[in-house]
Amino acid sequence: MAPIAVGALILALWEGACRFWHVPAYLFPMPSAIVAALVHNWPVLLRALGTTMLITLQAFVIAVVLGTLIAFVFVQNKAIEASLFPYAVLLQVTPVVAVAPLIIILVKNTALSLTICAAVVAIFPVISNTTIGLHSVDPGLLSYFRMNKATRLATLLRLRIPSALPFFLAGLRIASGLALIGAVVAEFVAGTGGQSAGLAYQILQAGFQLDIPLMFAALFLIAVSGVLLYLLMVGLNKALLGHWHESALAEER
Amino acid sequence: MIDVIEASGPAVVELRGADKVFANGMRGLAPIDLTVHSGEFVTLIGPSGCGKSTLLKLIANLITPTSGRLGWWGEDFGQVGQAGHQMGFVFQEPTLMPWSRVATNVRLPLDLAGVTRAEAAPRVDAALAQVDLTAFRRHYPRQLSGGMRMRVSIARALVTDPDLLLMDEPFGALDEFTRNKLDDDLLRLSFQRRLTTVFVTHSLYEAVFLSTRVIVMASNPGRVFAEFRVDEPEPRGDDFRTSVRFAELSSRLSKILHEASLASGRLP
Repeated sequence: MAPIAVGALILALWEGACRFWHVPAYLFPMPSAIVAALVHNWPVLLRALGTTMLITLQAFVIAVVLGTLIAFVFVQNKAIEASLFPYAVLLQVTPVVAVAPLIIILVKNTALSLTICAAVVAIFPVISNTTIGLHSVDPGLLSYFRMNKATRLATLLRLRIPSALPFFLAGLRIASGLALIGAVVAEFVAGTGGQSAGLAYQILQAGFQLDIPLMFAALFLIAVSGVLLYLLMVGLNKALLGHWHESALAEER
Repeated sequence: MIDVIEASGPAVVELRGADKVFANGMRGLAPIDLTVHSGEFVTLIGPSGCGKSTLLKLIANLITPTSGRLGWWGEDFGQVGQAGHQMGFVFQEPTLMPWSRVATNVRLPLDLAGVTRAEAAPRVDAALAQVDLTAFRRHYPRQLSGGMRMRVSIARALVTDPDLLLMDEPFGALDEFTRNKLDDDLLRLSFQRRLTTVFVTHSLYEAVFLSTRVIVMASNPGRVFAEFRVDEPEPRGDDFRTSVRFAELSSRLSKILHEASLASGRLP
């Protein structure tokens, strides 16, 4: 409730200030003008939203699957992890804006190139968190499994994966946001128009046409999608860990 | 009372000149000769750093000796876990899986041994009943108190019907009331099921109360300093704990412990 109240207050102040000082819409639009733009351009914006979300979700799924597999490879052997982890870091510190043009040139299919860009941004937290998670096993329990002559598979399924789950889910939470950011940034760089244009293209177009309310409307949709993705991840965390992990437990007073 | 060790049942664990030098060159244990007989309750006690936990880990095969030999039921570790050669281990901490319910935690060693759910269910029930946790079978570890978690850990060790039970200061972190209660329970169980137990503790009262034989250890390097028999018949209860005899035994063990710590070159 509290965040909604804060949001409503800010919107009211924003609207009031714009009206009081007669701020022109091309400099800084009022919330009501943004809503009007949203309603007026709804079909276009909805299609753009669909495009962006599709790329985001594809990239997210690729990042999660690939990132988890890479993490599993990493924890098999210290030497593998030591020799490959720096490259995962390299992937993380290279700005997507810098590599996006290269990927877009190399990959003919626009949707695919955008997905790859977004996945590159989103994969690092999955790799790094899952790796840490798979390493963070209670040494006592590990001894206990060894003492009971547990197979590698049983140790993986019954001990390593449950131990890693909280870290993995924290990684997903970060990756979901990054996938969206990656998708939008890649769209900006690609500047693709036409039927498959995403929200970033709408923002660019609106900027060229000085249709600032439309620009804000598109921005608003990106923000809402980001928040929804985040809430989805929080829900997943609660559903999977709600019964045991501190991160998902209701505070007892 | 000291040094007079009459052989009881057949040997369960035998150490012959087993020692441990750690990777950093520190000598954890000097070569040790020790035989634990069937039906014995052997307690390892001594000043900190005397290697009592190391010795227990050797017996549990969690670490291997640098030299010397270890035998379980006259054979090597390969056949431990088979019928008649079951080993249970209770750690200093409860060491439970926080994501699993109490019953699943207790069932773990059976699952790992490939016992079917149907076959395991009555054994889990029996183990939980033995530690009075039947009502908590569907709880998660975090919902239980420290003493209850420790009892879950004990139930997990008992569920395989162990022929050898190893316990590493299991009640060290608990308050005295809980500890006494768990000591009583443990003694009752070990008497009923004729368990062979090796138990590490810091508490000399606990050692006197539980043991048939106390191994007093000294440090620098870790070694067996003396052996001490407690030939009080089972079952033992509060009567024993408050008896004059208990006080006598405790004070005698206390003296030996003091000598052990002097021999270790440092005070406890």
